[in-house]
Amino acid sequence: MAERKTIELGYEGVPTDRMRMNVGPQHPSTHGVLRLEVELEGEIVTDVIPHIGYLHRCFEKYAEKMTYLQLIPYIDRLDYISSMNSEWPYVMGMEKLLDITVPEKVEYIRVIFAELNRIANHQIAVATFGIDAGAFTPFLFLFRDREMIITLFEAASGGRLLYNYFRIGGLSGDVPPTFKEDCLSIVKQVRNTNKEVMDLLIYNKIFVERTANVGILPADVAINYGVSGPMLRGSGLDFDLRKAEPYSIYDRFDFNIPVGKGEVGTVGDCWDRNVVRMYEMEESCRIVEQAVAQMSMEGDVLETIPKKIRPKANEIYCRAENPKGELGFYIISDGTAIPWRVKARGTSFVNLSVIPEISKGYMMADLILILGSIDIVLGEVDR
Amino acid sequence: METLEIFDRLQAEFGAEIIDTGGAAPGDLFISVNPERIVDICLYLRDSAEMKFDYMSSLSGVQNKDNSFAVVYHLYSVSLKHRVVIKTGLAEENPKLPTVERVWKCADWHEREAFDLLGIEFEGHHNMIRILNPYDWEGFPLRKDYQGQEEYHGVRIPY
Repeated sequence: MAERKTIELGYEGVPTDRMRMNVGPQHPSTHGVLRLEVELEGEIVTDVIPHIGYLHRCFEKYAEKMTYLQLIPYIDRLDYISSMNSEWPYVMGMEKLLDITVPEKVEYIRVIFAELNRIANHQIAVATFGIDAGAFTPFLFLFRDREMIITLFEAASGGRLLYNYFRIGGLSGDVPPTFKEDCLSIVKQVRNTNKEVMDLLIYNKIFVERTANVGILPADVAINYGVSGPMLRGSGLDFDLRKAEPYSIYDRFDFNIPVGKGEVGTVGDCWDRNVVRMYEMEESCRIVEQAVAQMSMEGDVLETIPKKIRPKANEIYCRAENPKGELGFYIISDGTAIPWRVKARGTSFVNLSVIPEISKGYMMADLILILGSIDIVLGEVDR
Repeated sequence: METLEIFDRLQAEFGAEIIDTGGAAPGDLFISVNPERIVDICLYLRDSAEMKFDYMSSLSGVQNKDNSFAVVYHLYSVSLKHRVVIKTGLAEENPKLPTVERVWKCADWHEREAFDLLGIEFEGHHNMIRILNPYDWEGFPLRKDYQGQEEYHGVRIPY
Protein backbone atom coordinates (compact mmCIF):
# COMPACT_ATOMS: atom_id res chain seq x y z
CA MET A 1 0.00 0.00 0.00
CA ALA A 2 1.17 3.45 -0.78
CA GLU A 3 1.69 5.86 2.01
CA ARG A 4 -1.18 8.26 2.37
CA LYS A 5 -0.48 11.93 2.76
CA THR A 6 -2.20 13.62 5.64
CA ILE A 7 -4.29 16.51 4.43
CA GLU A 8 -4.68 19.45 6.72
CA LEU A 9 -8.00 21.24 6.61
CA GLY A 10 -7.98 24.88 7.58
CA TYR A 11 -11.06 25.19 9.77
CA GLU A 12 -9.54 27.57 12.31
CA GLY A 13 -11.31 30.69 11.14
CA VAL A 14 -14.77 29.13 11.08
CA PRO A 15 -17.13 29.78 14.02
CA THR A 16 -18.42 26.64 15.66
CA ASP A 17 -21.97 26.98 14.40
CA ARG A 18 -20.94 26.84 10.76
CA MET A 19 -20.50 23.60 8.94
CA ARG A 20 -18.56 22.64 5.85
CA MET A 21 -20.09 20.05 3.61
CA ASN A 22 -19.13 18.37 0.39
CA VAL A 23 -21.65 18.17 -2.44
CA GLY A 24 -20.41 15.63 -4.96
CA PRO A 25 -18.25 14.66 -6.75
CA GLN A 26 -20.30 11.47 -7.04
CA HIS A 27 -23.87 12.63 -6.83
CA PRO A 28 -26.54 12.90 -9.54
CA SER A 29 -27.56 16.42 -8.56
CA THR A 30 -24.15 17.80 -9.48
CA HIS A 31 -24.69 16.74 -13.12
CA GLY A 32 -21.28 15.10 -13.35
CA VAL A 33 -18.12 14.91 -11.32
CA LEU A 34 -18.24 18.33 -9.75
CA ARG A 35 -17.40 18.89 -6.11
CA LEU A 36 -18.83 21.86 -4.29
CA GLU A 37 -17.43 22.70 -0.89
CA VAL A 38 -20.33 24.39 0.83
CA GLU A 39 -20.19 26.38 4.04
CA LEU A 40 -23.49 26.32 5.86
CA GLU A 41 -24.96 28.21 8.74
CA GLY A 42 -27.86 26.04 9.75
CA GLU A 43 -29.41 25.44 6.37
CA ILE A 44 -28.33 28.73 4.81
CA VAL A 45 -25.46 28.67 2.34
CA THR A 46 -22.79 31.17 3.34
CA ASP A 47 -20.07 30.17 0.89
CA VAL A 48 -19.58 27.88 -2.09
CA ILE A 49 -16.17 26.83 -3.38
CA PRO A 50 -16.30 24.76 -6.58
CA HIS A 51 -13.51 22.20 -6.99
CA ILE A 52 -13.27 21.13 -10.61
CA GLY A 53 -10.90 19.04 -12.69
CA TYR A 54 -12.10 15.51 -11.96
CA LEU A 55 -12.59 14.97 -15.69
CA HIS A 56 -9.53 16.89 -16.80
CA ARG A 57 -7.57 15.24 -19.63
CA CYS A 58 -5.78 18.35 -20.97
CA PHE A 59 -7.49 18.55 -24.33
CA GLU A 60 -5.17 21.43 -25.23
CA LYS A 61 -2.11 19.21 -24.89
CA TYR A 62 -3.68 16.59 -27.14
CA ALA A 63 -4.38 19.37 -29.65
CA GLU A 64 -0.66 20.10 -29.96
CA LYS A 65 0.09 16.48 -30.81
CA MET A 66 -2.32 15.78 -33.68
CA THR A 67 -3.40 17.19 -37.00
CA TYR A 68 -6.22 19.65 -37.46
CA LEU A 69 -8.59 16.97 -38.70
CA GLN A 70 -7.82 14.48 -35.95
CA LEU A 71 -8.84 17.04 -33.37
CA ILE A 72 -12.54 17.08 -34.24
CA PRO A 73 -13.49 13.90 -32.26
CA TYR A 74 -11.80 15.38 -29.20
CA ILE A 75 -13.91 18.51 -29.58
CA ASP A 76 -17.02 16.30 -29.56
CA ARG A 77 -16.04 15.19 -26.10
CA LEU A 78 -15.95 18.71 -24.69
CA ASP A 79 -19.66 19.38 -24.57
CA TYR A 80 -20.83 15.87 -25.26
CA ILE A 81 -24.51 16.81 -25.10
CA SER A 82 -24.28 19.23 -28.02
CA SER A 83 -21.40 17.89 -30.11
CA MET A 84 -22.70 19.30 -33.40
CA ASN A 85 -22.57 22.80 -31.99
CA SER A 86 -19.16 22.29 -30.43
CA GLU A 87 -17.57 21.29 -33.73
CA TRP A 88 -18.88 24.32 -35.52
CA PRO A 89 -16.73 27.19 -34.17
CA TYR A 90 -13.59 25.09 -34.70
CA VAL A 91 -14.29 24.20 -38.33
CA MET A 92 -15.51 27.74 -38.95
CA GLY A 93 -12.26 29.18 -37.62
CA MET A 94 -10.21 26.76 -39.70
CA GLU A 95 -12.21 27.63 -42.81
CA LYS A 96 -11.48 31.30 -42.22
CA LEU A 97 -7.76 30.56 -41.83
CA LEU A 98 -7.71 28.44 -44.99
CA ASP A 99 -10.00 30.85 -46.87
CA ILE A 100 -12.60 28.23 -47.79
CA THR A 101 -16.18 29.07 -48.69
CA VAL A 102 -18.44 26.11 -48.10
CA PRO A 103 -21.42 25.32 -50.38
CA GLU A 104 -24.91 26.53 -49.50
CA LYS A 105 -26.13 23.03 -48.84
CA VAL A 106 -23.45 22.47 -46.20
CA GLU A 107 -24.37 25.72 -44.46
CA TYR A 108 -28.04 24.72 -44.37
CA ILE A 109 -27.32 21.25 -43.01
CA ARG A 110 -25.05 22.77 -40.38
CA VAL A 111 -27.70 25.25 -39.29
CA ILE A 112 -30.40 22.56 -39.12
CA PHE A 113 -28.21 20.16 -37.16
CA ALA A 114 -26.99 22.87 -34.83
CA GLU A 115 -30.54 23.97 -34.09
CA LEU A 116 -31.76 20.40 -33.60
CA ASN A 117 -28.86 19.82 -31.26
CA ARG A 118 -29.79 23.00 -29.43
CA ILE A 119 -33.28 21.57 -28.94
CA ALA A 120 -31.81 18.27 -27.71
CA ASN A 121 -29.53 20.12 -25.28
CA HIS A 122 -32.32 22.25 -23.87
CA GLN A 123 -34.50 19.15 -23.53
CA ILE A 124 -31.86 17.60 -21.28
CA ALA A 125 -31.38 20.87 -19.41
CA VAL A 126 -35.08 21.33 -18.67
CA ALA A 127 -35.62 17.63 -17.97
CA THR A 128 -32.79 17.31 -15.45
CA PHE A 129 -33.72 20.62 -13.90
CA GLY A 130 -37.19 19.22 -13.41
CA ILE A 131 -35.69 16.20 -11.67
CA ASP A 132 -33.69 18.51 -9.41
CA ALA A 133 -36.96 20.14 -8.44
CA GLY A 134 -38.70 16.79 -7.97
CA ALA A 135 -40.67 16.51 -11.24
CA PHE A 136 -40.07 13.21 -12.97
CA THR A 137 -42.69 12.97 -15.74
CA PRO A 138 -41.41 15.81 -17.97
CA PHE A 139 -38.05 14.04 -17.97
CA LEU A 140 -39.60 11.00 -19.68
CA PHE A 141 -41.52 13.12 -22.20
CA LEU A 142 -38.47 15.17 -23.17
CA PHE A 143 -36.14 12.20 -23.45
CA ARG A 144 -38.64 10.43 -25.69
CA ASP A 145 -38.50 13.38 -28.10
CA ARG A 146 -34.76 13.69 -27.88
CA GLU A 147 -34.56 10.13 -29.14
CA MET A 148 -36.03 11.26 -32.50
CA ILE A 149 -33.32 13.90 -32.90
CA ILE A 150 -30.61 11.43 -31.99
CA THR A 151 -31.95 8.87 -34.47
CA LEU A 152 -31.69 11.47 -37.25
CA PHE A 153 -28.14 12.34 -36.21
CA GLU A 154 -27.27 8.67 -36.16
CA ALA A 155 -28.61 8.21 -39.70
CA ALA A 156 -26.41 11.08 -40.92
CA SER A 157 -23.22 10.60 -38.93
CA GLY A 158 -23.28 7.11 -37.45
CA GLY A 159 -22.94 8.32 -33.89
CA ARG A 160 -25.65 8.82 -31.33
CA LEU A 161 -23.83 11.22 -29.03
CA LEU A 162 -20.37 11.95 -30.48
CA TYR A 163 -20.90 12.70 -34.13
CA ASN A 164 -17.56 13.67 -35.69
CA TYR A 165 -19.71 14.96 -38.54
CA PHE A 166 -18.40 18.42 -39.43
CA ARG A 167 -15.31 18.59 -41.58
CA ILE A 168 -13.08 21.55 -42.33
CA GLY A 169 -14.71 22.67 -45.58
CA GLY A 170 -17.75 20.42 -45.51
CA LEU A 171 -19.36 17.47 -43.80
CA SER A 172 -18.32 13.86 -43.45
CA GLY A 173 -21.27 12.64 -45.52
CA ASP A 174 -24.60 13.56 -47.00
CA VAL A 175 -27.87 13.50 -45.08
CA PRO A 176 -30.38 10.64 -45.60
CA PRO A 177 -32.96 11.10 -48.40
CA THR A 178 -35.85 11.51 -45.96
CA PHE A 179 -34.02 14.33 -44.17
CA LYS A 180 -36.59 17.09 -44.69
CA GLU A 181 -39.58 15.01 -43.62
CA ASP A 182 -37.70 13.79 -40.55
CA CYS A 183 -36.86 17.36 -39.52
CA LEU A 184 -40.45 18.51 -39.88
CA SER A 185 -41.82 15.57 -37.91
CA ILE A 186 -39.31 16.29 -35.14
CA VAL A 187 -40.38 19.94 -35.05
CA LYS A 188 -44.03 18.93 -34.82
CA GLN A 189 -43.37 16.49 -32.00
CA VAL A 190 -41.17 18.95 -30.08
CA ARG A 191 -43.87 21.60 -30.24
CA ASN A 192 -46.54 19.21 -28.96
CA THR A 193 -44.44 18.04 -26.04
CA ASN A 194 -43.26 21.53 -25.14
CA LYS A 195 -46.85 22.68 -24.86
CA GLU A 196 -47.43 19.86 -22.38
CA VAL A 197 -44.22 20.59 -20.48
CA MET A 198 -45.19 24.25 -20.13
CA ASP A 199 -48.36 23.22 -18.28
CA LEU A 200 -46.93 20.23 -16.51
CA LEU A 201 -43.67 21.74 -15.29
CA ILE A 202 -43.01 25.39 -16.01
CA TYR A 203 -46.29 26.86 -14.73
CA ASN A 204 -46.76 24.18 -12.10
CA LYS A 205 -47.34 25.92 -8.79
CA ILE A 206 -44.87 23.78 -6.88
CA PHE A 207 -42.19 24.35 -9.50
CA VAL A 208 -42.78 28.10 -9.54
CA GLU A 209 -42.60 28.27 -5.76
CA ARG A 210 -39.34 26.37 -5.78
CA THR A 211 -37.57 28.31 -8.55
CA ALA A 212 -38.94 31.87 -8.60
CA ASN A 213 -36.76 34.45 -6.80
CA VAL A 214 -33.98 31.90 -6.35
CA GLY A 215 -30.42 32.45 -7.58
CA ILE A 216 -30.96 35.93 -8.97
CA LEU A 217 -28.22 36.99 -11.38
CA PRO A 218 -28.32 40.68 -12.40
CA ALA A 219 -27.30 41.43 -15.98
CA ASP A 220 -24.27 43.59 -15.11
CA VAL A 221 -22.84 40.89 -12.84
CA ALA A 222 -23.46 38.32 -15.57
CA ILE A 223 -21.50 40.35 -18.15
CA ASN A 224 -18.64 40.95 -15.73
CA TYR A 225 -18.38 37.23 -15.10
CA GLY A 226 -18.42 36.53 -18.83
CA VAL A 227 -21.64 34.54 -18.55
CA SER A 228 -23.29 33.84 -21.89
CA GLY A 229 -26.12 31.92 -23.48
CA PRO A 230 -29.51 31.30 -21.86
CA MET A 231 -28.07 32.35 -18.50
CA LEU A 232 -27.27 35.84 -19.79
CA ARG A 233 -30.58 36.08 -21.61
CA GLY A 234 -32.39 34.89 -18.50
CA SER A 235 -31.01 38.02 -16.83
CA GLY A 236 -32.96 40.11 -19.31
CA LEU A 237 -30.26 40.96 -21.86
CA ASP A 238 -31.09 40.12 -25.47
CA PHE A 239 -27.59 39.13 -26.47
CA ASP A 240 -27.16 36.28 -28.92
CA LEU A 241 -24.15 35.81 -31.18
CA ARG A 242 -26.44 34.58 -33.95
CA LYS A 243 -27.90 38.09 -34.05
CA ALA A 244 -25.02 40.19 -32.71
CA GLU A 245 -22.47 39.01 -35.27
CA PRO A 246 -24.37 36.68 -37.62
CA TYR A 247 -22.06 33.88 -38.69
CA SER A 248 -22.79 31.33 -41.40
CA ILE A 249 -26.25 32.06 -42.84
CA TYR A 250 -28.10 33.10 -39.70
CA ASP A 251 -28.95 36.49 -41.22
CA ARG A 252 -31.39 34.74 -43.56
CA PHE A 253 -33.72 33.51 -40.84
CA ASP A 254 -36.41 35.27 -38.91
CA PHE A 255 -36.23 34.45 -35.21
CA ASN A 256 -36.47 36.24 -31.88
CA ILE A 257 -34.20 36.27 -28.84
CA PRO A 258 -36.24 35.24 -25.81
CA VAL A 259 -35.23 37.00 -22.61
CA GLY A 260 -36.15 36.59 -18.96
CA LYS A 261 -38.84 39.05 -17.92
CA GLY A 262 -39.34 38.14 -14.27
CA GLU A 263 -42.82 36.84 -15.03
CA VAL A 264 -43.28 35.00 -11.73
CA GLY A 265 -40.43 36.45 -9.70
CA THR A 266 -37.38 38.64 -10.26
CA VAL A 267 -35.54 38.99 -13.57
CA GLY A 268 -32.63 36.59 -13.66
CA ASP A 269 -33.89 33.90 -11.30
CA CYS A 270 -33.83 30.16 -11.91
CA TRP A 271 -37.32 30.15 -13.38
CA ASP A 272 -36.35 32.79 -15.95
CA ARG A 273 -33.27 30.88 -17.07
CA ASN A 274 -35.37 27.79 -17.52
CA VAL A 275 -38.24 29.41 -19.39
CA VAL A 276 -35.74 31.05 -21.76
CA ARG A 277 -34.64 27.53 -22.74
CA MET A 278 -38.23 26.54 -23.41
CA TYR A 279 -38.80 29.56 -25.66
CA GLU A 280 -35.46 29.02 -27.40
CA MET A 281 -36.60 25.55 -28.43
CA GLU A 282 -39.55 27.16 -30.20
CA GLU A 283 -37.23 29.66 -31.95
CA SER A 284 -34.98 26.78 -33.03
CA CYS A 285 -38.04 25.01 -34.43
CA ARG A 286 -38.80 28.11 -36.49
CA ILE A 287 -35.24 28.26 -37.82
CA VAL A 288 -35.34 24.58 -38.75
CA GLU A 289 -38.63 25.06 -40.61
CA GLN A 290 -37.28 28.02 -42.56
CA ALA A 291 -34.01 26.27 -43.34
CA VAL A 292 -35.80 23.14 -44.54
CA ALA A 293 -37.98 25.26 -46.82
CA GLN A 294 -35.01 27.15 -48.29
CA MET A 295 -32.61 24.24 -48.59
CA SER A 296 -31.97 22.27 -51.76
CA MET A 297 -31.15 18.57 -51.52
CA GLU A 298 -29.03 18.81 -54.68
CA GLY A 299 -25.30 19.27 -54.30
CA ASP A 300 -22.18 17.73 -52.89
CA VAL A 301 -21.13 18.19 -49.27
CA LEU A 302 -17.58 16.95 -49.83
CA GLU A 303 -16.40 19.06 -52.77
CA THR A 304 -14.71 21.90 -50.82
CA ILE A 305 -12.90 19.69 -48.29
CA PRO A 306 -9.18 20.37 -48.79
CA LYS A 307 -6.84 17.44 -49.38
CA LYS A 308 -4.11 19.03 -47.33
CA ILE A 309 -4.78 21.17 -44.27
CA ARG A 310 -1.75 23.32 -43.71
CA PRO A 311 -2.69 26.91 -42.84
CA LYS A 312 -0.09 29.68 -42.93
CA ALA A 313 1.29 30.93 -39.62
CA ASN A 314 -1.60 32.92 -38.21
CA GLU A 315 -4.00 33.06 -35.32
CA ILE A 316 -7.75 33.38 -34.96
CA TYR A 317 -10.37 33.38 -32.26
CA CYS A 318 -13.59 31.97 -33.61
CA ARG A 319 -16.77 31.62 -31.59
CA ALA A 320 -20.34 30.54 -32.03
CA GLU A 321 -23.51 30.54 -30.00
CA ASN A 322 -23.68 27.14 -28.39
CA PRO A 323 -26.81 25.96 -26.56
CA LYS A 324 -25.04 26.81 -23.32
CA GLY A 325 -23.46 30.06 -24.48
CA GLU A 326 -20.41 31.30 -26.28
CA LEU A 327 -17.96 28.58 -27.25
CA GLY A 328 -14.74 29.92 -28.71
CA PHE A 329 -11.57 28.38 -30.08
CA TYR A 330 -8.33 30.33 -30.13
CA ILE A 331 -6.25 28.62 -32.81
CA ILE A 332 -2.59 29.46 -33.45
CA SER A 333 -1.07 27.83 -36.51
CA ASP A 334 2.64 27.80 -37.28
CA GLY A 335 2.54 26.69 -40.92
CA THR A 336 2.72 22.95 -40.21
CA ALA A 337 -0.03 20.34 -40.27
CA ILE A 338 -0.21 20.35 -36.46
CA PRO A 339 -1.67 23.28 -34.50
CA TRP A 340 0.74 25.21 -32.31
CA ARG A 341 -1.92 25.97 -29.73
CA VAL A 342 -5.64 25.45 -29.48
CA LYS A 343 -7.40 27.00 -26.54
CA ALA A 344 -11.04 26.16 -25.93
CA ARG A 345 -13.05 28.78 -24.12
CA GLY A 346 -15.46 26.44 -22.42
CA THR A 347 -18.93 27.85 -21.95
CA SER A 348 -19.76 25.82 -18.88
CA PHE A 349 -16.36 26.62 -17.35
CA VAL A 350 -17.14 30.33 -17.41
CA ASN A 351 -20.82 29.96 -16.51
CA LEU A 352 -19.99 27.80 -13.49
CA SER A 353 -17.59 30.40 -12.10
CA VAL A 354 -20.57 32.60 -11.20
CA ILE A 355 -22.07 30.09 -8.74
CA PRO A 356 -20.42 31.47 -5.56
CA GLU A 357 -21.85 34.87 -6.45
CA ILE A 358 -25.49 33.81 -6.91
CA SER A 359 -25.94 31.10 -4.30
CA LYS A 360 -24.99 32.85 -1.07
CA GLY A 361 -27.87 33.38 1.31
CA TYR A 362 -30.15 30.71 -0.16
CA MET A 363 -31.10 27.38 1.35
CA MET A 364 -29.06 24.26 0.74
CA ALA A 365 -31.91 22.76 -1.35
CA ASP A 366 -31.92 25.89 -3.52
CA LEU A 367 -28.22 25.47 -4.27
CA ILE A 368 -29.04 22.27 -6.17
CA LEU A 369 -31.61 24.17 -8.22
CA ILE A 370 -29.19 27.02 -8.91
CA LEU A 371 -26.60 24.54 -10.11
CA GLY A 372 -29.19 22.82 -12.28
CA SER A 373 -30.30 26.12 -13.80
CA ILE A 374 -26.73 26.91 -14.94
CA ASP A 375 -26.82 23.80 -17.16
CA ILE A 376 -23.20 22.68 -16.99
CA VAL A 377 -21.48 19.79 -18.71
CA LEU A 378 -18.40 18.62 -16.86
CA GLY A 379 -16.65 17.49 -20.02
CA GLU A 380 -16.44 21.13 -21.00
CA VAL A 381 -15.71 22.52 -17.54
CA ASP A 382 -12.71 20.26 -17.04
CA ARG A 383 -11.59 19.82 -20.65
CA MET B 1 -14.32 50.42 -33.69
CA GLU B 2 -11.57 48.71 -35.66
CA THR B 3 -8.36 47.42 -34.10
CA LEU B 4 -6.18 50.08 -35.75
CA GLU B 5 -8.41 52.89 -34.46
CA ILE B 6 -8.27 51.42 -30.95
CA PHE B 7 -4.49 51.18 -31.32
CA ASP B 8 -4.27 54.91 -32.14
CA ARG B 9 -6.45 55.83 -29.15
CA LEU B 10 -4.43 53.64 -26.81
CA GLN B 11 -1.17 55.08 -28.07
CA ALA B 12 -2.42 58.62 -27.51
CA GLU B 13 -3.44 57.63 -23.96
CA PHE B 14 -0.53 55.44 -22.89
CA GLY B 15 2.32 56.33 -25.28
CA ALA B 16 5.20 53.91 -25.28
CA GLU B 17 3.34 51.24 -23.25
CA ILE B 18 1.47 50.27 -26.41
CA ILE B 19 4.09 48.54 -28.49
CA ASP B 20 2.74 47.43 -31.82
CA THR B 21 -0.06 45.88 -33.80
CA GLY B 22 0.32 42.53 -35.46
CA GLY B 23 -1.53 39.70 -37.13
CA ALA B 24 -2.75 39.45 -40.67
CA ALA B 25 -5.95 38.66 -42.50
CA PRO B 26 -7.71 36.23 -42.54
CA GLY B 27 -6.67 35.87 -38.89
CA ASP B 28 -7.24 38.40 -36.10
CA LEU B 29 -5.31 41.64 -35.70
CA PHE B 30 -3.93 42.18 -32.22
CA ILE B 31 -2.36 44.95 -30.15
CA SER B 32 0.84 44.23 -28.23
CA VAL B 33 1.15 46.05 -24.93
CA ASN B 34 3.60 46.24 -22.07
CA PRO B 35 2.58 43.75 -19.33
CA GLU B 36 3.38 46.15 -16.48
CA ARG B 37 0.58 48.56 -17.33
CA ILE B 38 -1.96 45.90 -18.31
CA VAL B 39 -4.41 46.75 -15.51
CA ASP B 40 -4.56 50.45 -16.42
CA ILE B 41 -4.95 49.62 -20.09
CA CYS B 42 -7.73 47.14 -19.35
CA LEU B 43 -9.52 49.60 -17.08
CA TYR B 44 -9.32 52.22 -19.82
CA LEU B 45 -10.68 49.75 -22.37
CA ARG B 46 -13.54 48.83 -20.07
CA ASP B 47 -14.54 52.30 -18.87
CA SER B 48 -13.89 54.60 -21.81
CA ALA B 49 -17.18 55.65 -23.41
CA GLU B 50 -15.98 54.81 -26.91
CA MET B 51 -14.60 51.36 -26.07
CA LYS B 52 -16.82 49.84 -23.33
CA PHE B 53 -15.14 46.43 -23.46
CA ASP B 54 -17.31 45.11 -20.65
CA TYR B 55 -17.10 41.42 -21.59
CA MET B 56 -13.99 39.30 -21.59
CA SER B 57 -14.42 36.43 -24.01
CA SER B 58 -11.27 34.58 -23.18
CA LEU B 59 -7.85 34.82 -21.62
CA SER B 60 -5.23 32.43 -22.97
CA GLY B 61 -1.70 31.68 -21.96
CA VAL B 62 0.57 30.80 -24.87
CA GLN B 63 4.12 29.56 -25.12
CA ASN B 64 5.83 30.98 -28.19
CA LYS B 65 8.31 29.36 -30.56
CA ASP B 66 11.28 30.89 -28.68
CA ASN B 67 9.92 29.50 -25.37
CA SER B 68 8.87 32.92 -24.12
CA PHE B 69 5.27 33.32 -22.99
CA ALA B 70 2.36 35.48 -23.97
CA VAL B 71 -1.03 36.20 -22.46
CA VAL B 72 -3.80 36.99 -24.91
CA TYR B 73 -7.00 38.82 -23.96
CA HIS B 74 -10.00 38.52 -26.27
CA LEU B 75 -12.32 41.35 -25.38
CA TYR B 76 -15.80 42.17 -26.58
CA SER B 77 -18.23 44.96 -26.00
CA VAL B 78 -21.80 43.77 -25.49
CA SER B 79 -23.22 47.28 -25.85
CA LEU B 80 -21.13 48.49 -28.82
CA LYS B 81 -20.63 45.05 -30.42
CA HIS B 82 -16.97 45.35 -31.33
CA ARG B 83 -13.98 43.26 -30.35
CA VAL B 84 -10.25 43.58 -29.81
CA VAL B 85 -7.33 41.28 -29.07
CA ILE B 86 -4.68 42.44 -26.60
CA LYS B 87 -1.40 40.57 -26.32
CA THR B 88 1.39 40.85 -23.76
CA GLY B 89 4.77 39.20 -24.04
CA LEU B 90 6.49 37.65 -21.01
CA ALA B 91 9.98 36.37 -20.37
CA GLU B 92 10.82 32.65 -20.43
CA GLU B 93 12.13 32.64 -16.88
CA ASN B 94 9.57 33.23 -14.16
CA PRO B 95 6.72 34.70 -16.26
CA LYS B 96 4.48 37.01 -14.26
CA LEU B 97 2.18 39.95 -14.80
CA PRO B 98 -0.51 41.80 -12.79
CA THR B 99 -3.96 40.24 -12.55
CA VAL B 100 -7.01 41.76 -14.23
CA GLU B 101 -9.56 39.94 -12.06
CA ARG B 102 -10.61 43.29 -10.58
CA VAL B 103 -11.48 44.50 -14.07
CA TRP B 104 -13.41 41.42 -15.20
CA LYS B 105 -14.36 38.76 -12.64
CA CYS B 106 -14.29 36.32 -15.53
CA ALA B 107 -10.50 36.53 -15.45
CA ASP B 108 -10.36 34.78 -12.07
CA TRP B 109 -10.69 31.20 -13.33
CA HIS B 110 -8.99 31.89 -16.64
CA GLU B 111 -5.90 33.17 -14.86
CA ARG B 112 -5.87 30.19 -12.56
CA GLU B 113 -6.05 27.98 -15.64
CA ALA B 114 -3.11 29.77 -17.28
CA PHE B 115 -1.17 29.36 -14.04
CA ASP B 116 -2.12 25.72 -13.75
CA LEU B 117 -1.22 24.68 -17.29
CA LEU B 118 1.60 27.07 -18.18
CA GLY B 119 2.95 28.41 -14.91
CA ILE B 120 2.25 32.06 -15.67
CA GLU B 121 1.85 33.84 -12.38
CA PHE B 122 -0.68 36.63 -11.96
CA GLU B 123 0.42 39.01 -9.22
CA GLY B 124 -2.29 40.21 -6.89
CA HIS B 125 -4.73 37.40 -7.69
CA HIS B 126 -6.68 36.54 -4.53
CA ASN B 127 -6.42 32.77 -4.95
CA MET B 128 -3.54 31.77 -7.25
CA ILE B 129 -3.86 27.99 -6.97
CA ARG B 130 -4.28 25.20 -9.48
CA ILE B 131 -7.73 24.71 -10.92
CA LEU B 132 -7.87 21.77 -13.36
CA ASN B 133 -5.00 19.62 -12.13
CA PRO B 134 -4.87 18.28 -8.56
CA TYR B 135 -3.64 20.87 -6.08
CA ASP B 136 -0.39 18.96 -5.43
CA TRP B 137 0.46 18.26 -9.09
CA GLU B 138 4.01 18.98 -10.21
CA GLY B 139 4.99 20.80 -13.38
CA PHE B 140 3.03 22.73 -15.94
CA PRO B 141 1.55 20.39 -18.57
CA LEU B 142 1.11 22.80 -21.46
CA ARG B 143 4.76 23.86 -21.52
CA LYS B 144 6.48 22.48 -24.57
CA ASP B 145 9.26 20.84 -22.52
CA TYR B 146 6.88 19.26 -19.97
CA GLN B 147 7.85 15.86 -18.61
CA GLY B 148 5.07 14.22 -16.64
CA GLN B 149 5.75 12.95 -13.17
CA GLU B 150 6.27 9.20 -12.97
CA GLU B 151 4.14 8.54 -9.96
CA TYR B 152 1.25 10.27 -8.30
CA HIS B 153 0.24 9.16 -4.79
CA GLY B 154 1.68 5.72 -5.44
CA VAL B 155 -0.06 5.29 -8.78
CA ARG B 156 2.18 4.92 -11.82
CA ILE B 157 1.34 7.33 -14.62
CA PRO B 158 1.68 5.51 -17.97
CA TYR B 159 2.52 8.58 -20.11
